[in-house]
Parts: sequence; C-alpha cells; structure tokens
Amino acid sequence: MATETHGVGGLVYDKSKREWPGEVNVLIALVVMVALFEILGWIFLHDSFLFNTRPDVHTLFNNQRLSAIFVQLAVQGIIAVGVTQVIISGGIDLSSGSVLGATAMISMSFAQTALVNGNPNPKAIFGPAFMDLPIIIPVIVGLACGVIAGMISGGLVAYTKIPPFIATLAMMVAARGVSRWWSNGNPISFPTAEFNSIGTGIRPFLIFLGVGILFQLILWFTKYGKHCYAVGSNEEASRISGIKVDRHKVLTYTIAAMLAGLAAVVIISKQQTAQAGMGMMYELDAITMAVIGGVSLSGGRGSIIGTFLGFLILSVIISGFIFLGVNAYYQEMVKGVIIAGAVVLDQWRQRAGSAGRK
Amino acid sequence: MSDIVLKTEGLTKYYGGVHALENANFMLRKGEHVAIMGDNGAGKSTFVRQITAVEQRTSGKVSFYGNEVNFKTPLEAREAGIETVFQNLALADDLDVPSNLFLGRERFLFKLGPFSILDSKSMRASTRDALVKTGVKIPNLSNSIRRMSGGQRQCVAIARTATFASKLIIMDEPTAALGVAETAQVENIIRNIKANGEPLILISHNMRQVFDLVDRIVVFRRGRIVANLKKTETSGEEVVQYITGAKQAEENILAA
Repeated sequence: MATETHGVGGLVYDKSKREWPGEVNVLIALVVMVALFEILGWIFLHDSFLFNTRPDVHTLFNNQRLSAIFVQLAVQGIIAVGVTQVIISGGIDLSSGSVLGATAMISMSFAQTALVNGNPNPKAIFGPAFMDLPIIIPVIVGLACGVIAGMISGGLVAYTKIPPFIATLAMMVAARGVSRWWSNGNPISFPTAEFNSIGTGIRPFLIFLGVGILFQLILWFTKYGKHCYAVGSNEEASRISGIKVDRHKVLTYTIAAMLAGLAAVVIISKQQTAQAGMGMMYELDAITMAVIGGVSLSGGRGSIIGTFLGFLILSVIISGFIFLGVNAYYQEMVKGVIIAGAVVLDQWRQRAGSAGRK
Repeated sequence: MSDIVLKTEGLTKYYGGVHALENANFMLRKGEHVAIMGDNGAGKSTFVRQITAVEQRTSGKVSFYGNEVNFKTPLEAREAGIETVFQNLALADDLDVPSNLFLGRERFLFKLGPFSILDSKSMRASTRDALVKTGVKIPNLSNSIRRMSGGQRQCVAIARTATFASKLIIMDEPTAALGVAETAQVENIIRNIKANGEPLILISHNMRQVFDLVDRIVVFRRGRIVANLKKTETSGEEVVQYITGAKQAEENILAA
C-alpha cells in the first residue's frame, strides 16, 4: 500500500524517511526563540515573556504582548503575502513600500470627514462633495491604485525584459514621488469614523491572516499557483510548455501591488493619518519575512505559511527585545544576522537534499 | 503528396557568419521513423530548432501535413502537433511529476481564468497510467523533479511527449544520459510509438539503437545533409563514412 500509492515501477518508498517541509525548520526556530526569551526573562527580570504574571488579570497568556506580536507588523505582513508570490515566480518587488505610501495619500483623500469637532476639516484635500464618502470608496481607490502600479511594474518586467530588481526600483522611486507630490508633502488626516474602524485593535492582523490563507489556498490549488512555481523554477521550460509567462508575471506583480494598496488602507485607518513617508523600508521587511520563512530568492520554492512564520519570528524579536529592555539598535543587527543565517541554512538544506542525504 | 508529414525545402540557418544549416531538403512520411545522425556541430539540433520554432530560420520553407507553416513560438509548433523532447530537458525542477507532465495543459475541476481549480487527482491518476505504460521507476510521484536521477527525469520528459499523442514526435538524443535499463525503456516507448503509427524524428549517436529502431537514416555533416540511407540498404560502416566525411555526397541531396 505504501509503495503503491506513492510511485510507480515498484521502487520502495519509505514514508518515514521523507524530508521535512522547510517550514518545519522555521517553526522550530520560532519555538526556540520564544523559549529563549522566556528563559532570559525569568533569569534577568523574574518575569514571563509569554505568560501572564499579573495577579489582577486572569488570563493564561500576557494578552497585551500577544496582540502586540500579532499586530505590530501586520501591515508589512500583508505586503509580504504579495511579495512571496513574486519571489516564488522568480522575481523581486522593491516597490511595495512606496506604493503603500502613494496609495495611503490618495486613498486617505477619499476617506476624510467634513467636520472635525464642529469645525471644517483643516486637512481637507477635496471640496465638500468628496467628504464623508462611504467606506467602500477609499478602499476601492486604494486597491485600484495598487492595481495600476502593479500593472506598470509587471508590464515593465514582462514586456521590456528589464530585470525585476530595476523595474521595481524605478517604481519604488516614482511612487514615492507621487506620495510627496499628492499633497506637497503635507499629511492628510481626519478620516471618517467608519474608515477608522478598519484598522482598530487586532483587525490588521485578521486582515493579514485572511489574505494569507486565501493566497496560500490559491498557491496550492489553482492554475495561477502552479504557474508561480513553474515560472520561478524554469522560465524557459514553462514558456515551451505553453504557459503564458508574460501574462503570469503581470498578474503576480499586480496582485502584489494590490496587496500593498490594501496594506495602505489598513495602516492609514490604524494611524488615522496619511504621510508621504509612510511604508519606507516596508518592502525590505516583507522580503525579510519571506526569506526567513524559506522562500527561495532564486524562485520556485516557498509558501505563505513560511512567510507567516517569518513574520512571527521578526515580530517576536521586536517584542522580545522590548521586553528585555535591550537597545533597539541591537534589533536591526540581530535581524541582519537572522536574514543571513536563514539563507545559509536553506542553501545547506538544498545541497544536502540534492546529494541524496536524508 | 498526402502522406507527407513534414517537408523542408532549402532550410537554412546562419548564426552571424556561421552557416549552421544550409539548404536542407528533408521529407518525412506518415508512420515513418527517421534517425538524424552526424558529428557534434553537424547541424542536427539546429535543424530541429528551426522546425520547432525555438529559433527562427534564416531562409527556406517548412510544410507540415501539406500546409506551409511559419511557427513563431515553440508553443505554436506544439499546438500544431509537434511534440519535442529537447536535449536540455524542458522540466520545472521544483515541481512534482504530475505537475511537469501536465505543465501548461492542466486539467481543472472548475474554470475561473487564472484562478481555475486544478484537478490534481485526475492528473495524478493519468500520470501513473502514463508512467506505468513507459515502465519508468519513480519512488514517489510527489517528489520534486530536482530529487530525481537524470534517467528518471528523461523518462518523465518522454512520457510527457508520448502521453499527449501527436502528429509528429521529435527526440533530441533521448538516451544520452541514461543507464542500460532506462535506455531499454526509452527504446520500448519508441517501439510503441512506431506500433501506433506515429511519425518520429530521432537524433542519436547510438548506431545500434538507430539500426534497431528507425526506417531511414539521414546524415548531417557541416550543416548539410550528406546522405539519405534506407536502413535495409546500408550498413553501420557506410553511415560512419558519411559522418566522418570519408564518403562524399553529391550536392543538394533530397532526404526523402
């Protein structure tokens, strides 16, 4: 039965010697990291990292810390879901942070309320006709901005054959220009109460989770998902096999930028303001999450589950360092070490795998 | 005329100043298996690349089933019914066997543009059938191709060609990297193709294999067709003489 269901030709296949999926390693790293902070906490602070120690609160976990871990990077997480698909397809997207910035400015302009404490909105961009619009308008505007940006950078990559790094670098610079030009660098504030509700509490994380699950299912079960891995794995073979590679690339970059647009809507709703500098370096956070999660920068391998674990690792580091009272500068240094370590480990794993070792 | 599958007239390809292929006149009939032989750089692979539109020819005409064709992309050639096993395998290393077999022609449970839901079960079942037919040994269909031996990969590529029965099959050195048993399997696949009456062009350096499998041998030398030999009327010695240039042909031979 075991051999019959897996292969053909009667070779023995030992299921117990099967290689772990790469995500398991990332999960182990996450658990180790949490345990480390827990132990260090007890040693140095006589306090728990994860569990509740306050006598006046009756919960098992330290819910404040947990929600911080889940929410503080959720916006970057939403971006990472899109970036993961681009990287699996063999590309890279540097533009997502800037696209978020531009989208934030434009979308916020359609989310403003007419009256602030009885006075006219001091930050109004448009006339009264564009005030107090239903919540759906700024959301659609945000997604549409992302779609337009994505179609441009995807089109550049697919049809002019510019390397993705250059094409999205150009979009990164241009989109940041748009975000500064839109209101001459002035922040845009005072959204409607309904619009604010999008980003309150744990909702950014729930949106991230929903988007992540949706696209993981798409990667697993749809033609688009299969073609992401095929194009990232061997572009020429995919083309010869009849996959419309160019159209696929435009679609992946469009989805990625649309998710950056969604991230913009979430962040301006959460912070109740849009600023021209928003989202700076977010693209690198997103790429970091993917890389830590085992998404291969050479394409063809990875998953959104991995990226999600990468998100948790990054967030646990931030929370852990705050908890231990370590200077924030060390965070960045440790992040750098972890990025390098994750890629080195992944390469070792690949080499061990192709050498036939189990 | 109606039994001619493929016909090339004056097919020529220059790479800059290099005359890789010059004035190749070639014909293939229904159900016929033809071997293309020649030294390295003789123009065999170049010839195949012009027919399958991996490259665009410099000049000349190609007709397929009586119609003149100008394929712009390999995909067009494939859609017209020319299936090719390339020397550098057209497989996606990170995908498993069924995904590679059905790459670019997936089956769906539910059509929804790019987000169509894949029918993995049916593709897996068909893959199993196809591989059983070809006698390939693969321990786990869900392993990525990266983890497989050269022979197994080659068998997957050939099984793909044989599964999607076509009007013309071209194999570019299909057994070059294979072990003894795997070579025998590939040769069996080719015999099956012959029994089904499907035409085939086989590029090979293996003299025994060629005499074993095909009806006719066409020899390339320095970008030209120098010999067109019926298997029954020639010998390995004569073929070698043509390949090495010990025996010369008259100008502009018609390989028909």
